[in-house]
Amino acid sequence: MMRGGPAHGLTREAEKAQNVGETLRRLLAYLRPHWLPLLFAGVMVLFNSLAQLVGPWLTGIAVDQFIVQGDRAGLIRTMWLLLGAYVVAMLTRGGQFLATITVGQRVLYTMREELFTHFQALSLRFFDAREAGDLMSRVTNDTDAINRTLNMGLAQFVGNIVFLFGVLVSMSVLNWRLALISMSVLPLMFLSTILFSRRARKAAREAQKKLGEVSAELEENISGVRVVQAFGREQETLHEFRRVNARSRDANVQTQTVTAAFAPTLDIFSTVGIALVLIVGGIMAIQEAVTVGLIITFLSYVRRFFQPVRAIGVLYAQVQTAIASAERIFKLLDEIPEIADAPDALVLDEVAGRVVFDGVTFGYEADAPVLREVSFAAEPGQMIAIVGPTGAGKTTMVNLLMRFYDVEAGRILVDGHDVRDVAVDSLRRQVGMVLQDTFLFADTVLENIRYGRLDATDEEVIAAAEAAGAHDFISRMPDGYATQLGERGASLSQGQRQLLSIARAILANPRLLILDEATSSVDTRTERLIQAALARLMAGRTSIVIAHRLSTIQDADQVLVLCQGRIIERGTHAALLAAEGFYYRLYRSQFGTEGEAVACAESGEALAP
Amino acid sequence: MNSLLRTFRYLKPYLPLSFVALIGLLLSTAGNLAVPALSQRIIDDGIATGAFDVVIRLGLIIVGVALFQALFSFLQGYLTAKVSQGVAYDLRNLLYEKIQRLSFSYHDQAQTGQLLTRVTSDVELVQQFLGTAILQTVGAAVLLIGSVTLMVSTSPQTAMVLLVLAPAAIGIFVFFFSKARPLFIEAQQRLAALNVVLQENLAGVRVVRAFVRRARESQRFAERNAGVMEVQLQVGYILTAAIPLVFFIANLATLGVIWVGGLQVIDQRMTLGELVAFTNYILMAIFPLFLLSFMLASIAQASAGAQRIFEVLDTRTEIAERPDAKPLPQIQGEIVFEKVWFRYFESQPWILADVSFTARPGQRIALLGATGSGKSTVTNLIPRFYDVTQGAIYIDGYDIREVLLESLRQQVGIVLQETLLFAGTIRENIAFGKPTASQEAIVAAAQAAQAHEFVMGFPEGYETQVGERGVNLSGGQKQRLAIARALLVDPRILILDDATSSVDFQTELKLRQALERLMAGRTSFIIAQRVSTVRTADLILVLEGGRVAAQGRHEALLESSPLYAEIYYSQLEGDTPAADRFVYDQTVESTVVTKEAAQ
Repeated sequence: MMRGGPAHGLTREAEKAQNVGETLRRLLAYLRPHWLPLLFAGVMVLFNSLAQLVGPWLTGIAVDQFIVQGDRAGLIRTMWLLLGAYVVAMLTRGGQFLATITVGQRVLYTMREELFTHFQALSLRFFDAREAGDLMSRVTNDTDAINRTLNMGLAQFVGNIVFLFGVLVSMSVLNWRLALISMSVLPLMFLSTILFSRRARKAAREAQKKLGEVSAELEENISGVRVVQAFGREQETLHEFRRVNARSRDANVQTQTVTAAFAPTLDIFSTVGIALVLIVGGIMAIQEAVTVGLIITFLSYVRRFFQPVRAIGVLYAQVQTAIASAERIFKLLDEIPEIADAPDALVLDEVAGRVVFDGVTFGYEADAPVLREVSFAAEPGQMIAIVGPTGAGKTTMVNLLMRFYDVEAGRILVDGHDVRDVAVDSLRRQVGMVLQDTFLFADTVLENIRYGRLDATDEEVIAAAEAAGAHDFISRMPDGYATQLGERGASLSQGQRQLLSIARAILANPRLLILDEATSSVDTRTERLIQAALARLMAGRTSIVIAHRLSTIQDADQVLVLCQGRIIERGTHAALLAAEGFYYRLYRSQFGTEGEAVACAESGEALAP
Repeated sequence: MNSLLRTFRYLKPYLPLSFVALIGLLLSTAGNLAVPALSQRIIDDGIATGAFDVVIRLGLIIVGVALFQALFSFLQGYLTAKVSQGVAYDLRNLLYEKIQRLSFSYHDQAQTGQLLTRVTSDVELVQQFLGTAILQTVGAAVLLIGSVTLMVSTSPQTAMVLLVLAPAAIGIFVFFFSKARPLFIEAQQRLAALNVVLQENLAGVRVVRAFVRRARESQRFAERNAGVMEVQLQVGYILTAAIPLVFFIANLATLGVIWVGGLQVIDQRMTLGELVAFTNYILMAIFPLFLLSFMLASIAQASAGAQRIFEVLDTRTEIAERPDAKPLPQIQGEIVFEKVWFRYFESQPWILADVSFTARPGQRIALLGATGSGKSTVTNLIPRFYDVTQGAIYIDGYDIREVLLESLRQQVGIVLQETLLFAGTIRENIAFGKPTASQEAIVAAAQAAQAHEFVMGFPEGYETQVGERGVNLSGGQKQRLAIARALLVDPRILILDDATSSVDFQTELKLRQALERLMAGRTSFIIAQRVSTVRTADLILVLEGGRVAAQGRHEALLESSPLYAEIYYSQLEGDTPAADRFVYDQTVESTVVTKEAAQ
């Protein structure tokens, strides 16, 4: 909603030189698996063109040989033949449609599928820097733009070229001089097509980009509508939306203006062509070099001749739109997932749960390290607590263990394997995670919990909910476990959402458990109940707990005190208290001894004995 | 169909432009009609009589007509784009405005992907219809009337051909429309369903990754993707049947004309030139039918889109201002809940039951209770995010349903449970509720919210980009920015709904001290799990199952309410583990002193 500031990635992207040939080649590659229906369509097009060519020819015969001669029987005979040609034209056209529409939809399906699959493979860093709305626009609007061209366009393109060729041959055979004259406008038509299409592509690219911006604006503000209303900012956001919306409108008008100018330009040339045939043909007819029937046939041909030329021109402009969209799609598909399995990645079996951070340094952006040389070891079954001020890098440690991001320096080992050497799915499957930002799907309560383990029975889901202390409030909901949740679990309180995500993690029954502020919005009474359940769950598993309430972590085997990305203290709760360092002061401040300023200073690590 | 007619209303501001576009269309159509007539004269008057000059003159006129026609055709195309894109622009704005104004209860149910589809894809369908269909229908009708008139005047007998074929064309038209329309609605619904999965996966990418649900999500997407394809194919098959048929009918027309007309020429009741012109006219008469058949798709799609657009526009905004609503004057901050009952829907259980309390100006109210006991609901009712089901809420004696929403919400600063920042700089985010705020005021708010320090830690300080494409902020950092955002608007009523859950204790301590100063003189509502919050509160509301189980000050409640005592002690216990009692004992003296000071 608010923009300006550093240049956007997308702007830069669009300005990069585009390789049209390469884009087209990739687009066509999508058609390869469908060669059979396309071949069928091609054959249909061929017959259709032939049938259409026969029409004017028979008409010419009817005029010259029968009407002018007054041969009724001959005229009627010819008409039956003409009818046959038209029936063939209809059937072949139908066949061609059937094939191309089917292929078009399948290609569209494949493209959306590929995009979505690719999204699933891309790393979080990619999504950190992109707007969801713009990505969505690529999956729907841009694929659709391509489809519009593919669906009808491609077969028509081929069909028209075949037809054009046929008309050329027929005309040349009938009268080559007249044929040459009719064709004299062709170079002009092609020239203008090339000129226009270049502008059309530019305009289309801009329009699709602006549409992506509208989509991004929408997505963000619909998601954030509550904040907008709370601050009474409807007017301002509307104003902002109007601005983006207007830019999109103008870009669209621009694109359509190019088209609006293009078609009439071609029309001028085709009418001039007709006029030429009439004038020159007329003069020839007066000189009795040609018959009137021939002129009629020619007029009919010329009209049908310009129709495909025009169609090809318009289509060519359309293809430009498709190319603009394809560029946006391929750009996405070409994003290399930062976090990808090495070819020889090890698939982790059930792990014992030894986690080692070895000199880990990391930053989301270059030159802004969030973690600096963090090292620690968690033995199987241990509970490690991470405490420290907000922004110290606690969640980042968890992000790295899950391999949402890769370390800059150092390494992270799970059971002695560097996390970069193992299959990322097999790593994440071992880890159950309750995130700071709970995320629920617009689905039933039951399915949301089941997300933790898809093959769980309803009973298991309910048992997990009970363990998480969520059963009570779920039971009180009108449809219980079948209650449909709103997007992101709207209409549930934050605490309730946290309980559901804890149930989800409990159900997953992982070897490693990560609780990142898992109970921060749960009231203390409920929290104590969950703590008991979590304690049972954590028994025998390695767990990493981030919590501000120090009371929840006193049983930790090791407490890591993080300050500005470094571990400044470590040890058990008791040892840290005895050391009377930062942790001690932090702990004391939680009793409401107000006024005591406790700041962590980034200094050398004071190891508690 | 009704929805489609309704879209015409939105053409109103563009009537002058549309009118000019129509004139452009009429003139270019006239040009279209003139060419065959001129061709006919070349054949009959020029070639037949051997008059070179007539042939050349008429030929040149055709070229002139072509230029004339192209000019108006461009004019029409350009203006149509302006009009239809203009309507689309207006519709998007209207939808967006409506969505922004729809109440929380609507958004609790709505899905972003769904709404997004309506504002983009559905509007586009309507736009395509308005852009091409309407003018082209008019143009087609003119062409039809013009060509039929010319045909009848040329040869009434031959014109009969049309009489036979027109009903067939209309039959196809009707059949196709009735078949295609439901499919198009279905297609848009499925597209929206696809968008929902897409949007969820983008917004919830972390959870999907953490639980390794790539396969499941891909399958979910594949199902909906296939659903879209399926219905699109059905639409395609109908087109496959309809379009070739229409072409066939057009061809039949030509055939009929040559057949019937040819016999007429043989009988010398028609000239050869007329026959040639006739074959052109009949195509022009059939052409509108073509166009209609192509437009059918557009009409059916657009009416599906229009229906979905109006569904949103027609949704009643639950929280609407009364027509006689007055602005709420500068308030003191007295809030009265009078027998407030609340539930989301009629069939659902009560979330709040018979809640009554009075908060005097400047008082600090602490809300206490189990997760889901209705604490957030109480605070959500004050800025009128939802309306009470029964009872009433008064601020300074005004029923909040009788005042202008903006005037109410401007005086209420709320930090929502779920922190959400927008794409933009930190400065813009803090100034969200008050864009005109000075840099000093913004920094002051950030300082009070304990955000200044970490903001200055970024290389670009307050100009750092946050939100969807911004830097990674921790949960606690986001919460502090949200608090700064609420503080900046300088509200009379301040609501902190679990606002510091992700903030560490240390920062929270400083934050509390700053808030202490800021809350002075303001009525404030605090939902937090901290002991210190309740001890200093002027009024504690203990909620249980949506009812006020007890209310009063800390000391009184400790004695009168066993529930409060239990909650209080469970928390106290939670904060002071027995194992470390020695620390507590050592510091108990100073703690007690500070406690008393705080009270």
